[in-house]
Amino acid sequence: MLFTILLGLISSILLIPFGKRFKSSWSILLPFVPTVLFIYYLGYIPKVASGLTYFQEINWVPSLGVNFNLKLDGLSLLFCLLITGIGTGIFFYARTYLKGHPYFDRFFGYLYLFMSAMLGLVLSDNILLLFIFWELTSISSFFLIGFNNDQEASRKSAMTALTITGMGGFFLLAGLILIGNVAGTFKISELIEYRDVILNHPQYPLILGLIFLGAFTKSAQFPFHFWLPGAMKAPTPVSAYLHSATMVKAGIYLLARFFPVLSGTDLWTYTLMGIGGFTMLYSAIHSLFRIDLKSILAFTTISALGMLVFLLGIGTKQAVIAASVFILVHALYKATLFLVTGIVDHETGTRDITRLSGLKKVLGPVALAAGLAALSSAGLPSTFGFIGKDLIYEATLHVESHWILILTVIAVATNICLVAAGFMAGFKPFIGSLPQEFEKLHLPYKSMWIPPLILGGLGLIFGLFPGFIGNYLSYQTANSIYAGDTEMHLAIWHGFNTVLILSLVTLAAGTFLYFINKPSAEKVGFIEKFEKISPQQIFTGYANDIVKFSERFTNFFHNGYLRSYHMKIILFAEGLLIYKLWQSGPIKIVFDNLTPLTIYEVAVVIILLGALLIVVSTPSRLTSVVAMSVIGYCICLMYVFYSAPDLAMTQFTIDTLSTVLFVLVLYKLPSFLNLASARERYRDSIVALGFGAILSIIALKVLYEPIKTETSDFYGENAYILAKGKNVVNLILADFRGIDTMFETVVLGIAALGVYSLLKLRLKSSEKE
Amino acid sequence: MRSIILQTATRYLLPILLLFSFFLLLRGHYYPGGGFVGGLVASIAFVLHSFANGTEATMKILKRKPLSLIPVGLGISAVSVVLPTFFGLPPMTGLWWEEKVPVIGMIGSALFFDLGVYLVVIGVVLTILFTISLTKD
Repeated sequence: MLFTILLGLISSILLIPFGKRFKSSWSILLPFVPTVLFIYYLGYIPKVASGLTYFQEINWVPSLGVNFNLKLDGLSLLFCLLITGIGTGIFFYARTYLKGHPYFDRFFGYLYLFMSAMLGLVLSDNILLLFIFWELTSISSFFLIGFNNDQEASRKSAMTALTITGMGGFFLLAGLILIGNVAGTFKISELIEYRDVILNHPQYPLILGLIFLGAFTKSAQFPFHFWLPGAMKAPTPVSAYLHSATMVKAGIYLLARFFPVLSGTDLWTYTLMGIGGFTMLYSAIHSLFRIDLKSILAFTTISALGMLVFLLGIGTKQAVIAASVFILVHALYKATLFLVTGIVDHETGTRDITRLSGLKKVLGPVALAAGLAALSSAGLPSTFGFIGKDLIYEATLHVESHWILILTVIAVATNICLVAAGFMAGFKPFIGSLPQEFEKLHLPYKSMWIPPLILGGLGLIFGLFPGFIGNYLSYQTANSIYAGDTEMHLAIWHGFNTVLILSLVTLAAGTFLYFINKPSAEKVGFIEKFEKISPQQIFTGYANDIVKFSERFTNFFHNGYLRSYHMKIILFAEGLLIYKLWQSGPIKIVFDNLTPLTIYEVAVVIILLGALLIVVSTPSRLTSVVAMSVIGYCICLMYVFYSAPDLAMTQFTIDTLSTVLFVLVLYKLPSFLNLASARERYRDSIVALGFGAILSIIALKVLYEPIKTETSDFYGENAYILAKGKNVVNLILADFRGIDTMFETVVLGIAALGVYSLLKLRLKSSEKE
Repeated sequence: MRSIILQTATRYLLPILLLFSFFLLLRGHYYPGGGFVGGLVASIAFVLHSFANGTEATMKILKRKPLSLIPVGLGISAVSVVLPTFFGLPPMTGLWWEEKVPVIGMIGSALFFDLGVYLVVIGVVLTILFTISLTKD
């Protein structure tokens, strides 16, 4: 299983050096990876269908409890098949769709990265691992939404999506860590044993809230739904793959994965039913007012995600069955509709449904795929959508009696809107008379229209033989969500009952709605009037306020004057130290512990004071720099007196070099100017003297503090045994804490690069003038 | 402002100081010294030379840009960090040559780590100083 995750990552990295070749002659290899993975996961179907679950464990950071634990059960397998199966179609499609694009290679790099991240997400059996992959999917989605990075709207949408999903990610991380601490394990498959502990823990509402925030942001639930329509700025294959079939379902996956652990409480049920129910109805109605094909599909996707959240909220056996089937139903027809939209957009250059009509005459097979998908989405008997819809009604009819009516009404109303929206997207552009401007269109390459046709066709095949897909896949999916036997048996005909009547009513009412609802630009304008009170506006408003605040904050603290930085840093340190000293009680200084003064020390201190006097009084920069280095050397001598040769040597060389540096820089500065007024000088001297006084007090205070020698003893005892050296200072630097040193040298290197590039850059710009 | 005395002195001081810096590097494991100080002393040697003969002349001795020492040094340090993992040990474990080498003494992976630090320090100091001194206004 691990190799399936790594394969995508490696392919993604390979695209960096070989990008040029993949753009032309090697591009046929690109869809190879998802195809292989798809076949690999198809092979698991019979094994998983017989009830087996596969585990794989690789040690990663065992000391932190983070291991590479992978698990493949019915739920994971469904998602793996969706990711790799739809992925295969998308890769073939995108290869043609983006042919000749300058960033063709980059696009596939992101797509591979996403595929790996998504596979990792659904295979992870460790919650921290799951989180890492969760974030990776957000990041790859950010790159893909902002793929057309020369358009401001794309960049903005990408930022919105990343902010919302990233924010959700933070909440999720907090929730996952809490749940791990409460249960004492980070393994998802072990969490279920601690179900009672978690449900009765006082932190349960907090855990649930945080995990819900993670799931709702990712799966675009109200009020976080607005990033998804924005994400439609991505190239259409991306919308089909990430923003309808797979990534947005990660939130659903999360809820489904934690269903056996966290569900069953009122909090779970009513939150999910409320949010999911509202989202599905709200965005289903919204979709009717849109005229952009992708926009319609975006809102119906949000609605479908709401439906899944709603079903998981109901949480009965029937609801779990309905959810596990509806994931597949929706992925199939929605991906098809998106791919069809991509073709229409690619060929006609518009996605405006008021302008598109009669395209079936020129794009025959595409129209067939769209029709199949629209029918499946409408739930016509004999399509897979029909079975999905039946199961949803079955679920809403099997709840506590006082909820039946309201839940069923919401579900029916949503579905009526979805039927109409599905027809708008799948039928409207293809029927009617063909406008003259589109008469010369021709069918695109096969690699573009075959994937949607297959996906659309599967909707029909699964609908005709539901028992087959039910027994082999959906049954185990539902079992893994429910963590028990769901006794699911999908059949094409359930007899003449309430569910069938509801289905037919939905279909009839939806068709009627489609005929009376004439989408137009005015309606789009009408719905946009409500934008002012939409969550999007509120969020953007907050975001702008934060930007303004941080601007003021930065301008105050980061004003570009070195003297002001010094002042702030020293004042802050003084404040903290005074507080700490005051807290630690009265200061007593024991002079008995002091060693007697020697003549050398007195001499050095006198030199030091003299140099200090010169520094503060001299009008010449050069003199002050030299006097500063005299002070530095005096301190070095102090180190020598108190037997710290390593320190002394380093200080000596550093002082020498900084003097040289100062001289080099000063040489280029304009002549000395006294900018500070007398008052400012007094203020500065008070701050400086205060700081000196505080440090002196601390130094004297240290003398009577009990000395803890554990650390120095450890190094003293182990230096020769463990590191075979005698110079403890150097051993700490180069051996015991070598990683620190390593990163410090990296920082040094970065600093040098910074100086180098800043000065060279300045040189070039001055050369231009 | 070229001084003939300084120029003559640096001709002998440069190799001696470099040797001294290398000596500091090698003895660091047992006595005061180490890669950081060694690197600083070596850079002072070059800085002194550049004062006496001009930065261009020092650059000629160095042959390459001091900037290129940084990745080389980081690379050597990184290799010494990762090397133990090939022997199934955690990274940064000290590896030691069985036999003593004349003059230098025991050689271990820590020495290579220090050598990396030494080169990075020279690279950083010389890059900063030489870039500034070569900037023409």
